[in-house]
Amino acid sequence: MTPVHDVESLLRSALVPVEPSEALSDRLERGLSELTDAAVEELADWELSAMRDPRNWGRPAAAVVVGGTAAGALVLVRARQQHKRRHVSGLKALERSLRDVTEDLQRRLG
Amino acid sequence: MDELADKQRIDRDFTELYSAHLRDVYSYSYYRIGNHHDAEDITEQTFLQAYRHFDRAQRESAGRPLRPWLIRIAHNLAANYYRDRSRRPQTQLEDAAVVSATHDTEDLVEGRQELKDVLEGVSKLPDDRREALIMRFALGMDNREIARALDRTEGATKVLIHRAIRQLEQSLEEPVQ
Repeated sequence: MTPVHDVESLLRSALVPVEPSEALSDRLERGLSELTDAAVEELADWELSAMRDPRNWGRPAAAVVVGGTAAGALVLVRARQQHKRRHVSGLKALERSLRDVTEDLQRRLG
Repeated sequence: MDELADKQRIDRDFTELYSAHLRDVYSYSYYRIGNHHDAEDITEQTFLQAYRHFDRAQRESAGRPLRPWLIRIAHNLAANYYRDRSRRPQTQLEDAAVVSATHDTEDLVEGRQELKDVLEGVSKLPDDRREALIMRFALGMDNREIARALDRTEGATKVLIHRAIRQLEQSLEEPVQ
């Protein structure tokens, strides 16, 4: 009879963690980029003239929230891309990305 | 600007979660589904969904680790995967472990067969037992984390894992047909 501790040892050997492929990381980054693009389009569709009607004020506010969410997705994507390209530390890449996104959002929101 | 600062903090935290647990989510998905292609789909959907609900999850977690929450999303997506397509896990995993495991040459053939038998045994366990073993051994989660991921008590989780190991042990003792 196989003792329990032997089965546990076998399980540790059999169920090793599996590394995801680079292709998966790229797909994931693309998915997050799509979130970003959708939010940017949402913002672009709302020109300043629409703001004259108070009934529309809620919608751009929602778009800003979506834009913020999408910007976050962009942070993730940019942080990874910068890390890959420049081999700088993750923290520095993230700081740079956050700065980029902040400036980008401020520019878009006027 | 406060909202933006909050958003930046959330994004930083999500990036950390993603970096720390991409491999966990992928490993869980792979061992649940049994092939790399669909495991990639589940992993991708898990992180996209996690991103959408991250702010709330972080607030409700009260500082507890978010890995169980992440694995629960993958668990639900995997369950939908089977429900939608009426599929069961493939008994023949693509053997990531067996291929990558290092052994002395003389033990190689026997060792590989033993590990294949274990993987096959795991794939034949009931869903909850299989999942608990994957979380424990592939992801290194403790009883508390597994309990949160499976929405059970710690006591029930301990019993579940014990029974899963006993069942696997018995299946390994059965003579090969």
